[in-house]
Parts: sequence; structure tokens; C-alpha cells
Amino acid sequence: MLILRCPYCGNDVDETDLAPGGEAHIRRHGPGSTDAELTDYLFQRENPRGVHFERWRHAAGCGKWFHAARATDTLQVFGTYSAQTTEPPQEIRDAITKARPGWSWREFS
Amino acid sequence: MSDAVSALGGVSFDGIARIEECGLQGMITLRGDLSDQALAAAVTRATGQKKLPEANRARVAGESGVCWMSPDELLLLVPYEEVGGRLEALVAALKDSHALAVNVSDARAVFRVTGDAAREVLAKLAPVDLSRDAFQPGRFRRTRLAQVPAAFWMEEDESFRIVCFRSVADYVFKLLKVAAQPGSKVGVL
Repeated sequence: MLILRCPYCGNDVDETDLAPGGEAHIRRHGPGSTDAELTDYLFQRENPRGVHFERWRHAAGCGKWFHAARATDTLQVFGTYSAQTTEPPQEIRDAITKARPGWSWREFS
Repeated sequence: MSDAVSALGGVSFDGIARIEECGLQGMITLRGDLSDQALAAAVTRATGQKKLPEANRARVAGESGVCWMSPDELLLLVPYEEVGGRLEALVAALKDSHALAVNVSDARAVFRVTGDAAREVLAKLAPVDLSRDAFQPGRFRRTRLAQVPAAFWMEEDESFRIVCFRSVADYVFKLLKVAAQPGSKVGVL
């Protein structure tokens, strides 16, 4: 069972109150991009054993989207943060580094 | 005009806690910038509260009050008969603000859960920490009851009031009845 703290309303929310939104920080490739970029944007997703970044929506509560950083193997949650960002904030990266030195995920580390 | 009736006609059930359907309750949902002074003034005027509730809290006295729904949403409680007039005044007061107010009274059902085991009854249905340390009078929470969305807050006498969609009122009442069945007390809260 996963419990995430919604950064908007501050509640510790059970997984069953949330709607999963898939992988976080996906950069959109639209008109003018190459076929390879569009293919990656549409279909290629990370499937790590370890540090992962996801989007979630507090569906049964305040209704806001947010980001979460967690480990897929231990369910350790490193932190949740605002949806209004294109990359994980420094305090989240620091929290992950503390628990898992040398981690990397897509272009972030 | 037709007679307005609440979803279940005020049914009640007595078990380890008392479950009642509250009858008609005027409700206005308001979206806007909650730090806007004009909005705060309009809301306090409409509901008779001195100020807006803090995050995750409700300020309710009887049939009037304000509940914090999300960082940009409030639920205003007003007496059912007065909802039209209060809404008109609210919309007029907010004409220069980026805000939206809608009467949702007839889209909702309201329940009250009273008694020593009220915490337990809700704890069986919602993934929320309802222990005395975590959940105190005035606290408001939007979550789910079994399979449907609902919101509830705790009154000063440690009873709960629950707001859910009218279309699932019967389901919620049955849920609460099962959770409050005589002899079903767990005794941990």
C-alpha cells in the first residue's frame, strides 16, 4: 500500500484515493519533430527497478495533480512536489541521493 | 413549484452509532482565489462566519458555514430556503473577481453520524486516520466512503456530518448502516 502526501492539501493520502497519471516529466514532441522523437514521446516509458518519478491526481480529495518520487522496489517515497514544474526540485533530488547515492533517471541524477 | 425533498426523506438507523439523513441543506460550491479579500468578504457575509476556514477545516454553525474543499474551492452551507438569494448576492459581490459560484443543493445528500462509535463507523469506510490525535472537531476531509467520493467534518460534539452525491445517497446510507451494525464495535478508536 502506498501513502503519498498531497502537496496541495497536505493530507497523507491512501493510494485508493489517488488516480495514477503515469510517468512524470515527459517532454512533448509535436509538429516539426522527427519520427523517432514522436515515437519515444508516445510510447517509450521508463520501467525502473528503483527510483521512479510519477504523476498522481488526488482524485477523491482536492482533485489536484502532483508529482511523486518513489522507489518501485521498496515503495519508499522520497517526496511529492508541485505539478507546475518540468523537473524534480533540488530537495527531492537530495532526498533521493541520501537514500540511494548515484541514482539516475532519464536525464536527472 | 414542486415540493423539494431530500434524497432519502430523512431516514435514520440506530446501531453502535446513530445514522440520520439530514434533510434539505443549501449548498453553494465556490471556485476562486481564496486569498482574494473580496471573495473572503462575500463568503463571510453569505455564511455568517467571521473568517474563512484554514486548509482542511470547516467552520460550521447549524445549517450555515464554510468548508475548505481544495486550495481554490470552498463549499458554502446556507439554509435551503435562502440559497437562491445568498447565491445572487454572492455572484453580485464577486462580479469583478475570477470566481464561479453554483447552487449544488439538490445534487447532494447530507448525513449525520452521532454517538461514541461515530469515529469507528467512518474509519471502517474511509482511508483516513480518525484517531483522536489526528482528527479533531473542525477538521474537514474529502475522501471516499467505500467506493464513492464523499466529504465529512467533525462537529464540536464529535459527531460527523457527511456530504455525498445525491445519486449515491442510498448506497452511502446502506454502507453506514452496515458499518454501524449493533455488536460491530471494534473498540480501537
